[in-house]
Amino acid sequence: MIELEHVERDFWVGDETVHALADVSLQIPPGDYLSVMGPSGSGKSTLLNVLGLLDRPTRGSYRLEGIETTTLSEEQRAALRRQRIGFVFQAFHLIPRLTAAENIALPMVLAGIPPGKREQRVAEVLQSLNLSDRAGHRPDQLSGGQRQRVAIGRAIVMQPALLLADEPTGNLDQHSGQEVIALLEQLNADGITLVIVTHDARIGQRAHHRVHMLDGHIHSDEQDHAPA
Amino acid sequence: MRLPDLLQYAERSLRGAPARSLLMLLAMSIGVASVILLTALGEGARRYVIGEFERLGTDLLIMLPGRNETTGGPPPLFGETPRDLTIDDALALLRHPSIERIAPVSIGNSPVSFGSREREVTIIGSTSDFFPIRHIAVAIGRALPQMPAERQLNLAVLGWRLKKELFGNQRALGTWVRIADRRFRVIGVLDPAGESLGLDLGDMAVIPVASAQALFDNPSLFRVLIQARSKEEIETARKAALETIRWRHDGEDDVTLITQDAMLSTFDRILRALTLAVAGIAGISLAVAGILIMNVMLVAVSQRISEIGLLKALGGSESQVMRLFLTEAVMLAGSGALLGLLLALVGMQLLNRLFTDFALIPPLWAAPAAVGVALATGLVFGVMPARRAARLDPVQALARH
Ligand SMILES: Nc1ncnc2c1ncn2[C@@H]1O[C@H](COP(=O)(O)OP(=O)(O)O)[C@@H](O)[C@H]1O
Ligand SMILES: [Mg+2]
Repeated sequence: MIELEHVERDFWVGDETVHALADVSLQIPPGDYLSVMGPSGSGKSTLLNVLGLLDRPTRGSYRLEGIETTTLSEEQRAALRRQRIGFVFQAFHLIPRLTAAENIALPMVLAGIPPGKREQRVAEVLQSLNLSDRAGHRPDQLSGGQRQRVAIGRAIVMQPALLLADEPTGNLDQHSGQEVIALLEQLNADGITLVIVTHDARIGQRAHHRVHMLDGHIHSDEQDHAPA
Repeated sequence: MRLPDLLQYAERSLRGAPARSLLMLLAMSIGVASVILLTALGEGARRYVIGEFERLGTDLLIMLPGRNETTGGPPPLFGETPRDLTIDDALALLRHPSIERIAPVSIGNSPVSFGSREREVTIIGSTSDFFPIRHIAVAIGRALPQMPAERQLNLAVLGWRLKKELFGNQRALGTWVRIADRRFRVIGVLDPAGESLGLDLGDMAVIPVASAQALFDNPSLFRVLIQARSKEEIETARKAALETIRWRHDGEDDVTLITQDAMLSTFDRILRALTLAVAGIAGISLAVAGILIMNVMLVAVSQRISEIGLLKALGGSESQVMRLFLTEAVMLAGSGALLGLLLALVGMQLLNRLFTDFALIPPLWAAPAAVGVALATGLVFGVMPARRAARLDPVQALARH
């Protein structure tokens, strides 16, 4: 369960204050499929970064699985990111000198998981992504869709509860984009909480839970009846 | 993060920028190699000098007239001139059982001529024991004969270069040369093989000590070389010699005795200090390499900002990111040091082949110290870039491209 209460995030540019998030309150139940839509600059990415513990609210409360995160130390926030949260970025952010398998294994390497266990889990993930034959390829030897699938593999390798995707199809053609969305929705169907930031209305409409943002505010928060 | 993973990650990042990494490796290895080579030179010089001294014998005492103020004790109240150190003083030393033999030495410069050729050389007046005490041999003819030291006898043993310059390839033995205004019969020529530190066996001539005193009109000896019966008896011999002279000089301690050991340890100290100084100078190149490492690591950090953001997003903490970049710096320094060791080894082989009678051996501490300083440099100069990486804001870092 994710609970945001009166969350604000201010940026100071020169002597002007930008309210990237202004009084945002939001609840995301476990297993939710949430899309965040809105025009550019409306605060979507900032919201996602706060949810992912990469950014800290200026004011307000953010509880993740009952833990108040705003008072945690940097070390504790890193640990939560490592164990509970996966990120998917528009720009993939794969490390070019590492192979697909090594990129996917990176969070486990950072977590200090021994190689044997790592290899087993990475093979599993590659299998589920249909990328087993690409395990030894470096990012520049993969297509855009394949790269984003590798990035998704990296995001889920630690089996997090929360998967955050910021414009995951932004750099992809329509076909690859559809594949990636289908993959994310499959993961959500398997139980992961999925938050997708997009400005593509067709993608956004697919989610059961839809938030529209405007100037840092939540403009609308619609929810279909949760499937039982 | 597990150590092997940490090392592997660092290694692959370094391989990712080969030109940069190689440059740093080179700088570090040159620093390490120069420390080792220069200290090896210093240490080689020290061993050479010590070896030369030891060849002279460590059972040797040297007596000189006058009190050496640096040996301690208050200077005499009255500006008395020391009594002459005479041949009789020297001979009196022989009475003591711990003293094996002595050689009184009188010294001066004088022209030596044969026919129309003339050379100005050092004239040493001494006795037959001078030769074994200083390990000097004659190449042709014979050394000074056994005879009473007070006796003037106009015999001369010529230095090898002096002989060559006066006689060329002509026979010198049995001919008469002129030293100052006296004529001396040549009985031998010195063997250059005995040449050692501080003793030039080329431009000199050895004559009986009494003749030299007459020649230079100086009744005081320049030195008395005293050989103890053994190395163990050198202290007994020293005390005995001092006592004998004090007794003969009405209770005055007006001679100075130097042991070969004292000189040896003085040289040893000086040369060790020199080696250290040289190591310090070479160490500066290590510091320069360290600054290079810092620069290159700063560039690496700025080129890998989005990677750093990613590592943080994947759950890497500040201390982990810091450790990653520090590992890279230390790994670079370490491999540079290893390469430097190799370079030093090759350099030493080359130099040893060039200077055959002067062995280059680095002091035991040189290699570990150089490698240690290299690693420490990598660590110290890696901290700033690593900290900069660790403190990057992940959101902004990920936004960079
Ligand atoms: N680091 C920052 N410094 C200053 N202003 C920022 C920073 N990050 C975001 N902003 C501002 O906050 C607002 C929201 O940004 P963002 O969350 O990226 O919007 P979106 O993802 O919806 O396009 C924008 O006006 C943006 O300029
Ligand atoms: Mg955005």
